Amino acid sequence: MSLWYALVDLLPFEWAQPGQMLFMKNALLAILVISPLFGLLSTMVVQSRMSFFSDALGHSAFTGVAIGVLCGLQEPMWAAVSFSLLFSLLFTYVRRRSALASDTVIGVFSSTAVALGIFMATLDGGSFTKFNALLIGDILSVHPNKIALLAGVLAVILVLWSCAYNTLLLSALHPALARSRGVQVFWQEAVLNAAIAVVVTLSMSWVGLLVINSLLVLPAAAARGVARNTRQYHIFSVVGAVVCGVIGLMTSYYIGASAGASITLYLALFFAGAMLLQGQRR
Amino acid sequence: MSIHIHNNCTGHGCEGLCCLELKDVGVTMGSDELLHDISFHLHCGEIAALIGPNGAGKSTLFKTVLGQLPHSGSISFHRSDGEKRRPVIGYVPQSPAFDQGDPVSVLDFFAAAIGDWPVFLPLPRRLREQVRGCLARTHAEGLLDKRIGSLSGGELQRVLMALALEPLPHILILDEPLSGVDVEGEKQLLDMLDELRRTYDLSILLSTHDFATLEQYADKVILLRNTVLKLGSPSQVLGSQEFQDVFHLRMGKGVE
Repeated sequence: MSLWYALVDLLPFEWAQPGQMLFMKNALLAILVISPLFGLLSTMVVQSRMSFFSDALGHSAFTGVAIGVLCGLQEPMWAAVSFSLLFSLLFTYVRRRSALASDTVIGVFSSTAVALGIFMATLDGGSFTKFNALLIGDILSVHPNKIALLAGVLAVILVLWSCAYNTLLLSALHPALARSRGVQVFWQEAVLNAAIAVVVTLSMSWVGLLVINSLLVLPAAAARGVARNTRQYHIFSVVGAVVCGVIGLMTSYYIGASAGASITLYLALFFAGAMLLQGQRR
Repeated sequence: MSIHIHNNCTGHGCEGLCCLELKDVGVTMGSDELLHDISFHLHCGEIAALIGPNGAGKSTLFKTVLGQLPHSGSISFHRSDGEKRRPVIGYVPQSPAFDQGDPVSVLDFFAAAIGDWPVFLPLPRRLREQVRGCLARTHAEGLLDKRIGSLSGGELQRVLMALALEPLPHILILDEPLSGVDVEGEKQLLDMLDELRRTYDLSILLSTHDFATLEQYADKVILLRNTVLKLGSPSQVLGSQEFQDVFHLRMGKGVE
């Protein structure tokens, strides 16, 4: 961390004075880890048409926290990770087994998870306000050991991408063709869903549950409009996420709005810009 | 590019030839019997067309041959040297509708399917040339950098066919290759199938609803409705009572 602080201290911002505003420097580093993570996952969420699913995962993560709090756990985060992992695997299984359309299954799961979460949170006349922080998120409260954890997750996702990107892509593009070439499509979906579950759950306290899905959808949705192949798709999505992440954090610092919301608004601008560019090309 | 040539197959039956043999194959799902008592031979270099009304079990039969469904009876592949081994099967799915905006080039799609190199990284030149070589088999090398969503029906068929030919299969299965292709594309496709079976001595099994062109290319026609109703040359099957029954029944329902 001291290396990072020394590095940031070179920046010409008022908060970058040596020894001051450590929370802001932590937040900046956290953004630099979280945004490429979401930029990467985003490419697959959009390609596999899972943006509604990732939204439902956020809800299930909240339920996990509520369960963790109810059980009196010190770190409800791990209860949340376990619950959303369970949720994502169960969902993958039910979707495969049932004849219902995918969005219907997601709707069923999502509403059940939210109801369960609110039920648990308000049991015994409990107050819901203690969960408000989760809904909005606070990147400035991020602790260095959590940043290390997120960096670990980023490394795992990079390894997953290197080993399994091809089969993930093929399963998303054409499941029947993937199957005929020996790809275990069910497990591809399960692994991807589990990865998204873990990332969403671990980042929600900093990004905010209400806007976290936008980070999983907007970068790739914007990149799709302008990319002509998979390399460009990844570059636009990841760079877009990082740039919007950093300027969103700055904006929130100077005008005092939520960082998660600011980042999302910049991503929306990025998306609008990409749409305009695409419109001109046609 | 390596070209694998099977031994020539002449004669009848499965002895000493390379041939796919289905014997009393049945598929049951839950309480539904989807297929029963399916038996036929398919030799190398032969084109067999599978016809039948919707829901007759054509796709189920394909999945079964591809090894994706549990079945009764036996499916075996005899190589010309007498060895019995699982054949390599190339599968061309029914023309899929890719999203217009899919940011995936033909090169990405192909490389993702045939190799281990993750396609979100810059691709090595060698891989690019390998894919170009594969596409050349179906005269699709010019499509290398096009997005898959922007291809026409005929172009997409050629790409999918090139993909099914890598690795070079013993049997090529095509699910309704003629749907979504215009007249010009249809002729090109049929010429290409003919070229492929001659060059690589492949067995080709395809499903179709287009009976008019059957006589031009099919060596064998299999009329399917849960089981094989009639098997023979195009003229034998098209002129049969079974063919009349199956397709008149459907018309009758439509008029009702």
